[in-house]
Parts: sequence; structure tokens; C-alpha cells
Amino acid sequence: MGTVIVVTSGKGGVGKTTSSAAIGAALAQTGDSVALVDFDVGLRNLDLVLGAERRVVYDFVNVIQGQAKLSQALIRDKRIETLHLLAASQTRDKDALTEEGVEDVVGSLRETFDWVICDSPAGIERGAILAMRHADMAIVVTNPEVSSVRDSDRIIGLLDARTRRTEQGEAMEKHVLITRFDPTRAARGDMLAIDDVLEILSLPLIGIVPESQSVLKASNIGMPVVLADPSSDSARAYADAARRIKGESVDLAVPTVRRSLFGGLFRRAA
Amino acid sequence: MPPVAGWLDDLDAVARQSLAFFANRPVVLNLARLAPDRNETNAIIDALKIRNIRVIAVEGVDPAWLDPSLAPLGSGKESGKVVDFPGARAPAQPRAAASSRGSSIIDRPVRSGQTIFHPEGDVIVLGSVSSGAEVIAGGSVHVYGTLRGRALAGATGNPGALIFCRKFQAELVSIDGSYMTAEQTPPDLIGKPVQIRLKNDAIVTDILD
Repeated sequence: MGTVIVVTSGKGGVGKTTSSAAIGAALAQTGDSVALVDFDVGLRNLDLVLGAERRVVYDFVNVIQGQAKLSQALIRDKRIETLHLLAASQTRDKDALTEEGVEDVVGSLRETFDWVICDSPAGIERGAILAMRHADMAIVVTNPEVSSVRDSDRIIGLLDARTRRTEQGEAMEKHVLITRFDPTRAARGDMLAIDDVLEILSLPLIGIVPESQSVLKASNIGMPVVLADPSSDSARAYADAARRIKGESVDLAVPTVRRSLFGGLFRRAA
Repeated sequence: MPPVAGWLDDLDAVARQSLAFFANRPVVLNLARLAPDRNETNAIIDALKIRNIRVIAVEGVDPAWLDPSLAPLGSGKESGKVVDFPGARAPAQPRAAASSRGSSIIDRPVRSGQTIFHPEGDVIVLGSVSSGAEVIAGGSVHVYGTLRGRALAGATGNPGALIFCRKFQAELVSIDGSYMTAEQTPPDLIGKPVQIRLKNDAIVTDILD
């Protein structure tokens, strides 16, 4: 039996899809089998970030409505063979997902894969609730700024109230993933400090992903950043987060501004 | 049927904005101007009942239509009816009375969008109250973490209720309907352990050390 992870945030544009793809790819690189499920019906993006947009034949809604088998709809990644995608439908809306349909699909995926990663749509409505419904673990993606943190707090409240696990009185593992962290702005105090974010959300931290060009570039060429630029700080942050999800203990450092001794000297000399 | 549907909608709107508005408040219904028939009278009473509004008497209709417990209070006629008002607003209520009716302990953070509503007594929050969260108590509110959201104490009519928190950063605090917004908060209070009370209908804040 695999573990179902929901990647959620409340607020849009904080990096849910990018993080789902990167963490999914990082887990798959360790040899585990991974299914990425795009719950953002009507605004699908995960296929683009994975570079699979031209290979989508059947989607999540087709499977729920019985027009395709799950095995027909799953798209295997060409670079990492243990990574699979179940795409969302772009032509339907979120009402096309039914409670029972989602339960069936997530249930079958859980039997086949080590990890099922549900990429939640933004908001706190039906789509987001369905994405978190069957999760065993939640990754709450937050940017270090007040509106994102407040929305994440709201989502954590829903995770405590609306998931199947918590309704049955079981505990649900929840982690915070801070994305788009900018060390320069943090040093100037223009961003919420990591400690403040964690104090407000009172959840354990699973990773800090710095804001970087390599993440944007990777999305644009349709590759998770852990594949596109594995030596970048962002890729390493995601790879470390994946290891922590697997239960390994990996040291976590807050990214700082890197300035070489010589760089400083030259600038001053000039 | 008289036009009560719109009136009930207004009532619901009031109840939504102020969750404790009708809690523990006995209500006397005067239907004289509406002049309903017997069925309509009962429909109105039932509509209030399902909203947990406690009707203790109905005036302006034929008393024979009513359950004896809802007989008119007087209207000039003789009435020996004694009404018991448990929890109703009583003048000069002793401060301790608020906490004597059982408190509610919340052992997790109160997150944005969540409301804790406990009209019977104190609310004790062991974690923090987030921005956008709300704690409403008939008695006092105690927050052992940071109070970033709203705390409403004495919400069912108790001017002796208090608010305490380990770290004050509240968006709004209110006692028995008198309130103070974040904007009105003295800046030296922010981040401090604070006690909030009511004095002559005005909010008074004290830093606890």
C-alpha cells in the first residue's frame, strides 16, 4: 500500500504544481514508483511542467466517467520510468470529479504505486477538498509573505476537518514547504522570516526552496527542476525534501546570500 | 401568510453577524400588528425555535392558540407568570460568574477561518489564535499562545468577562459588545502578555509581567 500525499496551499501561484512535479520526480529517482495526479480540472498545468502535454490521450475525468481504464490514462515519463502522470481534463470543470470517482481512482493508485501525489487546485472549494480528501500526508506550500501564510493556515484547518483520515480520528502528517524564498530580500527584512512562518503555522518544515531562475527555466522546457538542473540550490532543496518525506533525516539550512571573498574585493576595488 | 419570510432572512443575517446575539436571551414575541391566524402563529414560533431563539411568551394573539408555557406576560391583564431567566443579562454580575458554567479547552491552534463559539463559559486556547480566526465566549477568553485573530469575551452579555493572552497581536478584541481594533491598539502592547477588561463600557488594556 502506497502513501497518498496532497500538495496544497490555498493561495494560487505559490508553486504547488512545480513542487508536485519536482518532489514526484525526486521520489521516482530513488527508484520508488510515483503517480502524479493533477486535480486542477479545467486549468491543467502539471502535464506542461512534466513536458507530457502532447502525450495526453485520456485524463482523470475520462477514467471517472468510465470512458477509459486507469492504465490507459496513466502517462509514463520518458526520462524516469518509475514516474507516472494522470492528467487533468482541460475541457471540463471541477464538478466533473465525483466523490466516489476520486475515491476509486486514488484507491487503485494507492495499491499500485509507492507514492500518489495529488496536485491540488488553489482555493478552498470542492476541487481542493477532493484533492486532500484521501491523503495520508499533506505538504502545505507557502511563500514567506503574509497572504500566503494566512491562506495556508486556512488550508491546514481544512486538512484537520475535511480529510477522511481526520474524520476517522487518525492523525494526519502535515509539513510546510517554503518556496520562492529570496535570501537577499530576507536579509533586508522584506520577507517574513522562516521562524515567523513556522510559528504561525506551527507545523514541521520539510524544505526551503529558494526563488531561482532554474525553476522557471525548468518549467518552461517541461522538465522538473531536479532533472533540468540537478546541481541548482532549488533542485537540491527538492531532493532533500523527498528524502525527508521518505523518513530520512537530512540537515536543513536556511539559504543565505552567497558572496565570495574575491567578488567583494573586486567590487570594492572598482 | 404574512410577510415573515423576509423578516426571518433579516433575522438570520443578524444571527450570522453576531453569533451570540440570541444565545441565552429570552424573547417575547408580539404579533399584534401582523394579526396572524392560528396556523401562521405556530409557523412563526416553530421558525424561531429551529433557530434556537428562546421564545418565552407570545402577545397579540388569542392565548387559547398557544401552548400554556407561551402565555402572554401581561399586556395589562392579570398575569402570575414567573419567568426564569437563566444566563440572561443581569446587572452587576460578579466577575467570577462567567467562568462558573464550564469552560471549553482547545488543545490545538485556532486556524484562519475557524470559529470557536462557546456561549456557556470560558474558552481556553492552549495554542495560538491565527489571523482570520475567531474565539467567542460567553465568559472569558484565555490564549496561551499568540492572539493574532479576534477574541470576543462576554459575548452573551457579561461585562465582567476578560481576555488574556501570552502575546498580543489581535485584529480585534471585544468584551460584551465594546471593542478595540488593531488600529486602536496602543503600540506598546504588541507582542506583550496582555489582559483586557471592560471599565465603564470602555476597553482597558494592561500589560502582564
